[in-house]
Amino acid sequence: MEKTWNNKAWFLVLPVLVLVAFSAIIPLMTVVNYSVQDTFGNNQFFWAGLDWFDDTLHSSRFWEALWRNLLFSGIILAIQIPLGIFIALHMPKRGWGVPVCLVLMALPLLIPWNVVGTIWQVFGRVDIGLLGRALAGLGVDYNYVQDPFDAWATIVVMDVWHWTSLVVLLCYAGLVSIPDAYYQAARIDGASRWSVFRFIQLPKMQRVLLIAVLLRFMDSFMIYTEPFVVTGGGPGNETTFLSIDLVKMAIGQFDVGPAAAMSLIYFLIVMLLSWVFYTVMTNYGQGDER
Amino acid sequence: MARIVLDHIRHSYLSNPVRDEDYALKEVHHTFADGGAYALLGPSGCGKTSLLNIISGLVAPSRGRILFGDQDVTDLPTERRNIAQVFQFPVVYDTMSVFDNMAFPLRNRGVDEADIQRRVTETLEIIGLADRAHKRARGLTADQKQKISLGRGLVRQDVNAILFDEPLTVIDPHMKWVLRSQLKELHKRFGYTMVYVTHDQTEALTFAQTVVVMFEGQIVQIGTPAELFERPSHTFVGYFIGSPGMNVMPVTLDGATAHLGSQTIALPGAASPANATRIELGVRPEYVRVGREGMPMQVRTVEDIGRHRIVRGTLEGSEIAAILPEHDELPAEPRVSFDPRGINIYADSWRQVLGA
Amino acid sequence: MLELRNITKQVGAETHLSDISLRLERGTLNVLLGPTLSGKTSLMRIMAGLDRPSSGTIHVDGVDVTGVSPQKRDVAMVFQQFINYPSMTVYDNIASPMRVAGADRQSIDEAVQRAATLMKLTPYLDRTPLNLSGGQQQRTALARAIVKNAGLVLLDEPLANLDYKLREELRAELPRIFAESGTIFVYATTEPSEALLLGGNTATLSEGRVTQFGRTIEVFRRPADLITARTFSDPPLNTVAMHKSNGAFSLEGGVSFPATDALHAIADGAYTMGFQPHHLSLSRTAPDAVALRAVVTALEITGSESFVHLRFAGADWIMLTPGVQNYAVGEEIEVFLDPRLLMVFDGAGRAVGQATAMAA
Repeated sequence: MEKTWNNKAWFLVLPVLVLVAFSAIIPLMTVVNYSVQDTFGNNQFFWAGLDWFDDTLHSSRFWEALWRNLLFSGIILAIQIPLGIFIALHMPKRGWGVPVCLVLMALPLLIPWNVVGTIWQVFGRVDIGLLGRALAGLGVDYNYVQDPFDAWATIVVMDVWHWTSLVVLLCYAGLVSIPDAYYQAARIDGASRWSVFRFIQLPKMQRVLLIAVLLRFMDSFMIYTEPFVVTGGGPGNETTFLSIDLVKMAIGQFDVGPAAAMSLIYFLIVMLLSWVFYTVMTNYGQGDER
Repeated sequence: MARIVLDHIRHSYLSNPVRDEDYALKEVHHTFADGGAYALLGPSGCGKTSLLNIISGLVAPSRGRILFGDQDVTDLPTERRNIAQVFQFPVVYDTMSVFDNMAFPLRNRGVDEADIQRRVTETLEIIGLADRAHKRARGLTADQKQKISLGRGLVRQDVNAILFDEPLTVIDPHMKWVLRSQLKELHKRFGYTMVYVTHDQTEALTFAQTVVVMFEGQIVQIGTPAELFERPSHTFVGYFIGSPGMNVMPVTLDGATAHLGSQTIALPGAASPANATRIELGVRPEYVRVGREGMPMQVRTVEDIGRHRIVRGTLEGSEIAAILPEHDELPAEPRVSFDPRGINIYADSWRQVLGA
Repeated sequence: MLELRNITKQVGAETHLSDISLRLERGTLNVLLGPTLSGKTSLMRIMAGLDRPSSGTIHVDGVDVTGVSPQKRDVAMVFQQFINYPSMTVYDNIASPMRVAGADRQSIDEAVQRAATLMKLTPYLDRTPLNLSGGQQQRTALARAIVKNAGLVLLDEPLANLDYKLREELRAELPRIFAESGTIFVYATTEPSEALLLGGNTATLSEGRVTQFGRTIEVFRRPADLITARTFSDPPLNTVAMHKSNGAFSLEGGVSFPATDALHAIADGAYTMGFQPHHLSLSRTAPDAVALRAVVTALEITGSESFVHLRFAGADWIMLTPGVQNYAVGEEIEVFLDPRLLMVFDGAGRAVGQATAMAA
């Protein structure tokens, strides 16, 4: 809605603009600059045109890492969104249970990424970890350092443990805003539990779910710290995601040019997919209004 | 369809009610006849919505039983009581079309699709939304949404009762007239038992054959609109019904005459309430005649509300309001007299029967 | 004085307000009357400075304030929802605008006590708003608006969420409070009866236009056009098509009666006749009253009055008549209408021959 015009408002935005310029726009421009040049160190740069982009798009290493990212985000969304909704639906709506549940749910969110990684790294170790020992004791052949499936399972479980709460809290906020009259009307209409979910709760949660899906997608697609701490990208390259590959390339091998090209492509993919999610979910169910 | 029996219903929202004040509903013992149109009228917090939710089963009463016909339904959940309810704010299923909204309660009950098609089409005709059947419910106006809420009850043909919880609150004045007369027509045509909760006297009186006036968790009077207007059994009913409400003035009695300050008023009959600490005379503004005859009145304001004027002032130190018809003149020194038909005597707030 | 000049508000492709010009004098109560979405709230938001008009200007005492922010305008506003500071006591809530303005302790206390007395809030000053009833909460919001002592007080359907009886009491108190301060009050409502009880001036709104502005009772009695008459009638205005020729009006169904007074002078042709529901009566109120036969379609009885729904020549009418009237639905009854109480509208909906048409 149009508001009263007041030029002073710009001064309030200015600090943010400066901050964004330094933290995002200038680094981004630097990356763009790197992506079209080659260097052998000593601060000597040569014009490389679009070669690095061409190379990246034709490298199997890039496509494999991208596939792993997509698979990981897909698994994460497929588990966390339904699980988050399920937990939110079963949380108490009033009484003393509400603050208890909210605090419990918020706890994992308060732990920093690398700490979560370290916790699970130790937790899952076959020699000293509680989980590793317990599974071994049960006769399960579990070893995240050597077995790709175990490595994946560990990272997925860890992310679910860490981030499902976010989905729960968002969904819960959507659920408590539904007036009682809707539930009462549904009871009078003889609606089943499923119908109540499908026709009342889900439509009313649509907005918060959109936010949850976007946040969880972007975050999981850019996953770095946890696999870096737990598996270091291994075994082999089995858990080497784009972000890990990027760091290896840029800092480990000092291939600044290809790394810059790859990160720009990475950035574009995140933007594109986020836009697709946003459009699909906001347009859902609004086709024939009026 | 069935009559609804409320058998000594008491309800408290506290887990361990002890005193009388702990009860939101003190004691309600009443039968709603099959096919009747009832209104539950009272200010907010009087327990009228609690009572309605007890009938629909959304609230379980602390004490007492509720029967539909001869069947005790006290322990039956809402969905098995076979009632319809329309809420204050329209409840529609946003993502469904108007048709699917109406079909929803039938589909939930496993009615076959051909039957659903027929009944929904019929009901859409009745509520006048046939041309919007396949539009999404989300884009409709408040009164159309409210019609859908009502329609979801009407499609079920066999409902025991249709309950309304202040259904016209969000509707514009002009639309209220239309919806209200449609409700009355439906009642006449299909003979549903209807219970209508409202704080708006006009809605209650125009909708119902029998109005149940509630105050502080109790029923204070049950009667036809005319009875409530002519012979309010409690000063609260006199105040709450009518606008402005009834004039209530402290008097002393002497057989068939009442003394108001220095004035003497002839009563239609004698009253001799025993042991009453407070005697009052109640007369509605509609029965106060303003002219050149009678007791002198000090006028404070005159409100012209179009079809008549409300004259407010004092009579012997008591506040009094009188209705002056549109074309009548207000004399410079107005005097008032009371139409004997409109005089009621109250002892400790309860109406006394006047003897011959 | 607040003056709106040619205010238009466009949001996307929709026109919320179109070409509104109003002059509101100091010390007056002005009602904005119109159905939901007629533009009342949009207009108030522009008066408050919360929104900027797409075109047109706003002047306070001749000074253009169009782009000035609400904080710098001398405005108080009360909304339909009860808006108070939940953590403050009623006292602090009422005192807040004066504290912001930096008034001294004693003058704050005096003003708060006076407003509290006026709004009957004195016993509740130490409570927080959430421990009050809806009516008390809204009275707190009203008291805060009074204490602010603003030059312009905007009330957007302030009583809509309150109980009927409470609404009636506050409605009776408000004009008195308005009369005591010298500010401009603007009061939005959907209900004609509320406008009549408040008195003052009324601007009727329909689809973003002000259709008429004048003294409330004048607008009610002499609406300039059919839309205004419909907006300002509850129960709804009764209308029916009629035709004038040879100095007489004829209605469908063979009823005709001579055109009297100013109506005699209007041109022959087709017109719409309108009249208030309480102007239909069961007995001949004037010797030349027009007798009409209409069919009863529904009855609504309030105890003191009856609303008899009628059908006459394809039009749905309501008769508001004193006492309890019992008719069977479908019964044909004779009703009377004093031709001097008629409003006549031409093909474009404008009122014609009004000079003596409406006797008070």
